[in-house]
Amino acid sequence: MKRSEQDELKYTEDMIYANFSNYSAWHNRSVLLSALFDKKAEGFLLKEKVLPEEYEFIHQAIFTDPDDQSGWFYHLWLLDQTVTTDSPLLASSWPVHGSDVLLVGDRCYNGSAFSPFSALHSDSGSFPIVLYFNQPVGGVNSSTVTVECGFNKNEDLLWKPLSASNSQTARVWVAHLKVPSSDLHSTVEVSVGHTKGIISTRGFEYGHPSMFSFKVHVQPMERDSSQVSVAESISLREENFKVYGKQSEESIIDSFDQLIIKNGHETTASNWRFEALAKEIECFRELLSLVDCKIGKLTLARLLKAYDAMSYPFANKLVHSEEVLELYSDLMKLDPTHYQFYKDERSIVLLQKVTSSKGSLLQHCFQYKDSVSSAICGPICLRLNNLSLSRMGAFEKLLWVQMLDLSHNELQSIEGLEAMQLLSCLSLRNNKLRSLTALEPLRKLKSLRILDISYNQIGDHSIDTTRYVCSSPLSHSVGSELNRDETVTSDVALINNWEAFYIFKDFNLNQLDIVGNTIADEKFKSVLVKIMPKLKQLDGKLLD
Amino acid sequence: MAELAVDKHVKYILAVEKNKDSFESVVMDHLRMNGAYWGLTALDLLGKLDSVNVDEVISWILKCQHESGGFSGNIGHDPHILYTLSAVQVLALFNKLDVLDIDKSIVSSCTSCFAQVSKLDITGLQNEDGSFSGDMWGEVDTRFSYIAICCLSILCCLDKINVEKAVSYILSCKNLDGGFGCTPGGESHAGQIFCCVGALALTGSLHYVDKDLLGWWLCERQVKSGGLNGRPEKLPDVCYSWWVLSSLIMIDRVHWIDKEKLVKFILDCQDMENGGISDRPDDAVDVYHTYFGVAGLSLLNYPGLKAIDPAYALPVDV
Repeated sequence: MKRSEQDELKYTEDMIYANFSNYSAWHNRSVLLSALFDKKAEGFLLKEKVLPEEYEFIHQAIFTDPDDQSGWFYHLWLLDQTVTTDSPLLASSWPVHGSDVLLVGDRCYNGSAFSPFSALHSDSGSFPIVLYFNQPVGGVNSSTVTVECGFNKNEDLLWKPLSASNSQTARVWVAHLKVPSSDLHSTVEVSVGHTKGIISTRGFEYGHPSMFSFKVHVQPMERDSSQVSVAESISLREENFKVYGKQSEESIIDSFDQLIIKNGHETTASNWRFEALAKEIECFRELLSLVDCKIGKLTLARLLKAYDAMSYPFANKLVHSEEVLELYSDLMKLDPTHYQFYKDERSIVLLQKVTSSKGSLLQHCFQYKDSVSSAICGPICLRLNNLSLSRMGAFEKLLWVQMLDLSHNELQSIEGLEAMQLLSCLSLRNNKLRSLTALEPLRKLKSLRILDISYNQIGDHSIDTTRYVCSSPLSHSVGSELNRDETVTSDVALINNWEAFYIFKDFNLNQLDIVGNTIADEKFKSVLVKIMPKLKQLDGKLLD
Repeated sequence: MAELAVDKHVKYILAVEKNKDSFESVVMDHLRMNGAYWGLTALDLLGKLDSVNVDEVISWILKCQHESGGFSGNIGHDPHILYTLSAVQVLALFNKLDVLDIDKSIVSSCTSCFAQVSKLDITGLQNEDGSFSGDMWGEVDTRFSYIAICCLSILCCLDKINVEKAVSYILSCKNLDGGFGCTPGGESHAGQIFCCVGALALTGSLHYVDKDLLGWWLCERQVKSGGLNGRPEKLPDVCYSWWVLSSLIMIDRVHWIDKEKLVKFILDCQDMENGGISDRPDDAVDVYHTYFGVAGLSLLNYPGLKAIDPAYALPVDV
């Protein structure tokens, strides 16, 4: 005889009342409620009715003994249920709606009518359209996403998911739109989700069909590309930069406001979410006034972040970010065992704060000064150095970045960086990257030409923590065609450095710096040159 | 701070292997194959695998192979997937001298000593829904999924099973806290998490794991003493130093625990007089915890130990 879920639920309640320190009971409760929500069983149709009671229930456990972990994960699940909307939505895109994209072949552009934020240097005759969703989705293709423009057929577009292995789902999808090489001014319209087919990993269809449009302008090449001198090296040093000036601030105002797509279909029904969060915030503030406990601070930080995330599209500021940053700093002292966890969380919040308003973002925008001529040219460089960042985030607001300076931080992972499809120049100098496999996200950056990974820790550690997170023969996610490739299997040097091979072989770099890593001895450098025949400069030395 | 008493542990392990009459040996008789794996891998990590007679071990292992191709825990016992993996792992350990690099191993494994082993029929143990049974009696558990995937992966014949179904079964055991249970709906437990994460890692499917969520669940296993437990509000145990730690490493969140405190905890679990490591300080030692302690220290970059791979649970050079 199978008991109903409601009976089982009552049973868990009894067990918990007997002893709230019962992890199994809380776990079962979450499984049962999940099933009841899914089934839309009677009495469980509306989360807004059920969840407040559950919150009351879990408070009894947590507030009685804040150090007992049994209820922590259940509370986290309740928060997830309160905050997460089922349907996936488009969070951000590049190009942004209403922007003007200028494609130039040369390094310098002449158009002062265009904002340097959307002047794209393209030597490939095409540019990427990037779609950033609020959760991983599958089913993005030329049927579910239509791109209408005068110069290209929609059916020819190939949408690819940006994920580490052969997965067909990803948060970020990209397609490359070819442009003719002659003078061009044209409008492009992108429609997402008008046809069914985009589905999240949890099985929900794309929320509301949305559309954005932008204009493309092509500036034909003025110089013959073969005349571009080889000795163009870009060095992200202080003297080469000038803070992005105040001129033409007006033209970027629009693009910043559009960085996040406003999904204006939040109905008033979602007020219950705000109310639930507000109540929780109050409860936990009260707890913290009585007991200075870790779970109190951590939960409050999570609640404030969730509240800000939900209100962001409407308000233009993240109201609580200062408080959240302070909470994480407190936690780093209160619970030093988990110091790095709080530091990672803090890094993400810091990045969201920096990118949340045009004022704060502009403070980190610099323009690269050509050392040959004193002319200012080239794209904007976003400088996020010396911020003690241990982790990257806020990618949905960074899709426009072409030059990024992350030097002098504490990054040991660049997870998520694959979303920055426009990146052509990246500095990770003086960070804490521990292995070559940590560079996996960069393999998806087809425009990357200049990379600085000097003064990291590659080669220091025998345990590789990113080995299975990236595609490699060990995880069977790389095709076996390469194993049978004669030129590869016969080269001992390549075999011994298979990690370098798998990471770097798809790169198209002009310039690379790796000095200051244990692995970077002369032998390794010669292997790199073999793997990347197009490389022009290695550690400042010109290659033939 | 205590140091790792390498010589004492080596002596302890060798003594356990040789002593067939002790009480411990009799009780563990049916899982001698596992014991062989634990003891020998630990010796290899400590750099002392050459203290053992290779031929003796290999001939004993082959005597444990049955007609179906599977291995049993000892001569005269029934075959089971648990022992089959240990057997394959031990064989892999000894072939390490031939394996200088990834590519050659694919060739050498198919020709040499593995020729006999490749007859084993793990593929017959996969069920309709993608899960695996331990033996012909049918018990299903995600541990067995990991064992099958690891074993076939070492032998480079992963294509002999339906990997997609195996992965989707494992994912059906994913819980709302980010962890994994032994069957769908089963509570998250560090041992099961290791098996599921390991299996997903070996099949290139880690993107299905919510690394931040699971990472937090795992890092909260570290208690005040620095040791790791297997579930919330349970006692720490050295064996979790392996399961929780390797899981964290595979999802690249190991920096979320305090490594030094964990090293100290493991070292405190040593028996400094007789050698060996126990589950927690001042308890009785056994080969199982000795292996997990040493493997854990290897993952924590303890100096003087060989590096171990978190998914295969074998030294990296193998």
